[in-house]
Amino acid sequence: MLALDAVDLTVEPGRFVVLVGPSGCGKTTLLRMIAGLDHPTSGSVQATRGDGRPPSNAVVFQGRSVFPWLHVRDNIGFGLKLKGIGRRERDQTIDRLIETVGLGGFDHAWPHQLSEGMRQRVAIARALAVDPDILLMDEPFGALDEQTRYLLQEELLGIWERTRKTVVFVTHSIDEALTLADEIVIMGARPGRILQRIPVPFERPRTMEAVRSDARFAALFNRVWDGLRDEVLASRQRPLGGAR
Amino acid sequence: MDSSADAPRPDETATGQPVRPGYQALRLPPLTGLLWPAGLIATILAIWEVAVRLRDIPAWLLPPPSAIGRALLDDRALLWDNAGATLSEVLLGFGLAVVVGVTLGVLIANVPAVARAVYPIVITSQTIPVPAIAPLLLIWFGYGLFPKVLVTALIGFFPIVVSTVDGIRATDRDTLDLFRTLRATAWQRLRHAQLPSALPAIFSGARIAMTACVIGAVFAELTGSSRGLGYLLNRSAAQFLTARVFAIIVVLSLIGIGLFALLALIERLALPWRRVR
Repeated sequence: MLALDAVDLTVEPGRFVVLVGPSGCGKTTLLRMIAGLDHPTSGSVQATRGDGRPPSNAVVFQGRSVFPWLHVRDNIGFGLKLKGIGRRERDQTIDRLIETVGLGGFDHAWPHQLSEGMRQRVAIARALAVDPDILLMDEPFGALDEQTRYLLQEELLGIWERTRKTVVFVTHSIDEALTLADEIVIMGARPGRILQRIPVPFERPRTMEAVRSDARFAALFNRVWDGLRDEVLASRQRPLGGAR
Repeated sequence: MDSSADAPRPDETATGQPVRPGYQALRLPPLTGLLWPAGLIATILAIWEVAVRLRDIPAWLLPPPSAIGRALLDDRALLWDNAGATLSEVLLGFGLAVVVGVTLGVLIANVPAVARAVYPIVITSQTIPVPAIAPLLLIWFGYGLFPKVLVTALIGFFPIVVSTVDGIRATDRDTLDLFRTLRATAWQRLRHAQLPSALPAIFSGARIAMTACVIGAVFAELTGSSRGLGYLLNRSAAQFLTARVFAIIVVLSLIGIGLFALLALIERLALPWRRVR
């Protein structure tokens, strides 16, 4: 069975692109292909940088990918350590990122002592630490309660403002997509394909309140939901088995 | 208590929920918890003592606890000497089992060819009772330390292999994917992802192995040796020194308890993220 069919997606550098779609539409598969974790059976994933070298990427997974056996600091600096970056440079990056994600004072906490939301910030900081060209986020806030999710969305907006990374972000939430995205890509299921690409015109820098109170918000929400509804309905008629 | 409001208390997560019970399971039981079993044992010993004396049971058949206590005291040099021999067999055999078991477990979990070829053999090898091959080892390697260490290691090896394989295979999928995106080498993946996540399982296997190793060492000594508690047990039983047999059993169980506690301590030191500070 095809997981993805005729997916043609170009992401410009410095853009924040959000993939939405029903369960089993291959959002995660597409993200994993971009990350180089899965490979398309035909076609290709091409990523280029100005200097011709292949761009680096870093993934923030859903759930608990923070290493339980490392302190917050060591978790964040882990990718740098693996790349052989020296202690001093590593410490500088870690100090900066701990502030960026708002975990000051928790340097030496164990992950199990943190809340789910704090752990996910550690995962984001760890991904940012290796200064990737592309940041890939697979439902990073999916396991969080709503209020925590809002807080982290706001923080991600701020972080993005400062770093201007190319981001590909997968979510189920239309709210979240509208808050974060420059462009929303609506995907359909069986086989996974791209249905629509909707530009999100809200000005940057953004706040969640500004986005929510924007006159265009409701119309855009409806437009995305319109694009999704039939797919979601159709995917509910099918038996389970497409979660990943 | 820390006055900064947002720092999680050591017994809570930042969300205010109690730390999951798995972390507390590593805490040693409070000493008051030992009162009840200690009281029960004291009662049983007292009944035993009185019954033996009242019914005039001969000491070679069932010595009273007081006689066992006296044997522990009078034979302490003999017991100490032989306990040292047994302990060194247990520790060497256990060490060998850990080194070989973890290495093999790592290979089985990471190299499909090894998993296909070796793992079924490792598992079916457990149908061979080690006691049955102990005499063979004696024929091949004589009465020295080595065959005993080997028997001990053979008994301890299996739970360690199995728990290592299971622990490594249970490494979080996202964690492994993360290592791939960081272009980590196989060694880095093993060192920084698989081993740390398998350690709790490996320690569980090691606990089972440790108690099995004590049995293995004593059995090897029973089969043929000139030192060790197993040897002493054989000799004492043959001479109907029943109180000393009981004393040896007490020493063996103390060795088991001591090693178990030592392992628990090592586990606490090796897995700092699993304990509540």
